[in-house]
Amino acid sequence: MKRELPFVLVFIFGMFMLLQYFVPHEKSEWVYEFFLAWTIIIGIFALALGIWSLFKVSVDKIKMHRPGWGYSYVTLAGLFVMIAFGFTKRNGDAWGLYHLWWILGLLCLGAIMQVRAETNTGRKKMYFVVSLVLLAATVAISIFDNTWSFHFYTSEGLENTLFRNFFDYIMIPILSTMFALLAFFIASAAYRAFRARNLMATLLLFAALLVMSRFNPWIPGAEYVAKASTWLMNVPNLAAQRAIVMGIGLGVIATALKVILGIERGYMGKG
Amino acid sequence: MKRTTVLVMVGAIVIFGISWVLKSMSLTSTTDHYIAKGFAITFAAFLTLCIFSFLYKDNPFYKFAEHLFVGVSAAFWMSMGFWSTIVGNLIPRVSETLSNYFKVPYHPESYNPFYFLPVFLGILLLLRLSRKVGWVSRWPLAFIVGTTAGFNFIRYLRSDFIEQVSATFVPLLVDWQGIGHFFSNLSLSSTGQFVAMLSNWVIFFGVLCGIIYFFFSKEHKGVFGGASKIGIWILMITFGASFGYTVMGRISLLVGRITFLFKDWLSLIS
Repeated sequence: MKRELPFVLVFIFGMFMLLQYFVPHEKSEWVYEFFLAWTIIIGIFALALGIWSLFKVSVDKIKMHRPGWGYSYVTLAGLFVMIAFGFTKRNGDAWGLYHLWWILGLLCLGAIMQVRAETNTGRKKMYFVVSLVLLAATVAISIFDNTWSFHFYTSEGLENTLFRNFFDYIMIPILSTMFALLAFFIASAAYRAFRARNLMATLLLFAALLVMSRFNPWIPGAEYVAKASTWLMNVPNLAAQRAIVMGIGLGVIATALKVILGIERGYMGKG
Repeated sequence: MKRTTVLVMVGAIVIFGISWVLKSMSLTSTTDHYIAKGFAITFAAFLTLCIFSFLYKDNPFYKFAEHLFVGVSAAFWMSMGFWSTIVGNLIPRVSETLSNYFKVPYHPESYNPFYFLPVFLGILLLLRLSRKVGWVSRWPLAFIVGTTAGFNFIRYLRSDFIEQVSATFVPLLVDWQGIGHFFSNLSLSSTGQFVAMLSNWVIFFGVLCGIIYFFFSKEHKGVFGGASKIGIWILMITFGASFGYTVMGRISLLVGRITFLFKDWLSLIS
């Protein structure tokens, strides 16, 4: 029951999705669309599970004082502040005590973490009292301050200026800089890889240089370089990409079949 | 904490403060909320520099930015997922009362009680947190794995295999009107007959040789070995082209970040 039923379910749903393609009927297509929508909805619950896991890992790291535990406060602060911004909205032109509210909320969270992490009973009591006071202040502000409100019932929280600012001034700079950082590592890898030691390395070097100089208007014969580069991307590159894609396709098909037939069972875990 | 670390952190905070003040002063005439805007730009620049500091080595500034990103992006995707999928797509299909509560348009014709089932399966998935009944979470997992496997089987069979094989069988003689005509009109024009034929030959034999290189059930000797060698040449061209393409993408991102630092933050370029 614990292990067999899931494999039976995998077989039934897998075979249905596989066979419905060969039965182009209105009803089978309806069920097909239905199952795809279900997968997305269940995926959101999986996301919630992931958030809980992140929270638990961070809290445990603080509690156990594992290496780098201080940074877990940063993760938790980012998590809670962004969630708070996603579900609150300013009512008028002024923010009132909103900023004080979320800062006190963060401090309260920090105090609660300290209660869990502290081993000394005296300090534990002190942090407990502090967290209660901060919690009371946070709740009081959220009740009596009318300049902003919670929006659990409309997505207006996503239009909150602070939610958008966190996206524009925190998420985007970090994400794009992380990708930009790879330019330096790629340059360092290129220095080692791009030496024309044999025909294969020369081909690699030539193709890379041609593609990189595609949009350079200052090199002599820029027009021909651009044309040659486009041809290289559209013809030899396409040929090898196609060979690779066919290999990947066959691999995915084989794996999918193994999963449906219950030969591959690693995804179910132990127990 | 080491004394050097403390000094570096204090230095960073002081520089951050000075930068914030200077940036806010430079924005006084352009925006009403110049202090908040100045803080936002300075903080974004600080985070950019934190990530760049990894070029030196792994350090507390980089770790700070990394951990902040993990928390903020997890909350961002959860908020977006909740509002767009649960409230936007699920609620209007299962309940009029909830639709009215969440203020999303309810269409009686789209009501479908079967949509309670993914909610039920989603709740079963959350049971993974329980040690006693955690095994129940395998049922929704089985649903996701089964449907995804069946869906991918057909999708990859069509797009990554049948369509690719079909697109590889191209005419090797394009617009052929005899060998005399071919040589008298030979040109390297990208729209000419020679280039079109050469392209088709490269595509057909390139794919064939590329596949032969990945075929390990037969020893790469003789004609088969020659084809395999051509296959690896074609693959090397692809790897070089992909590398060049990736470098260009990363460099453009780097240019974007440098522009942000020198234009938006330091205002050194107009």
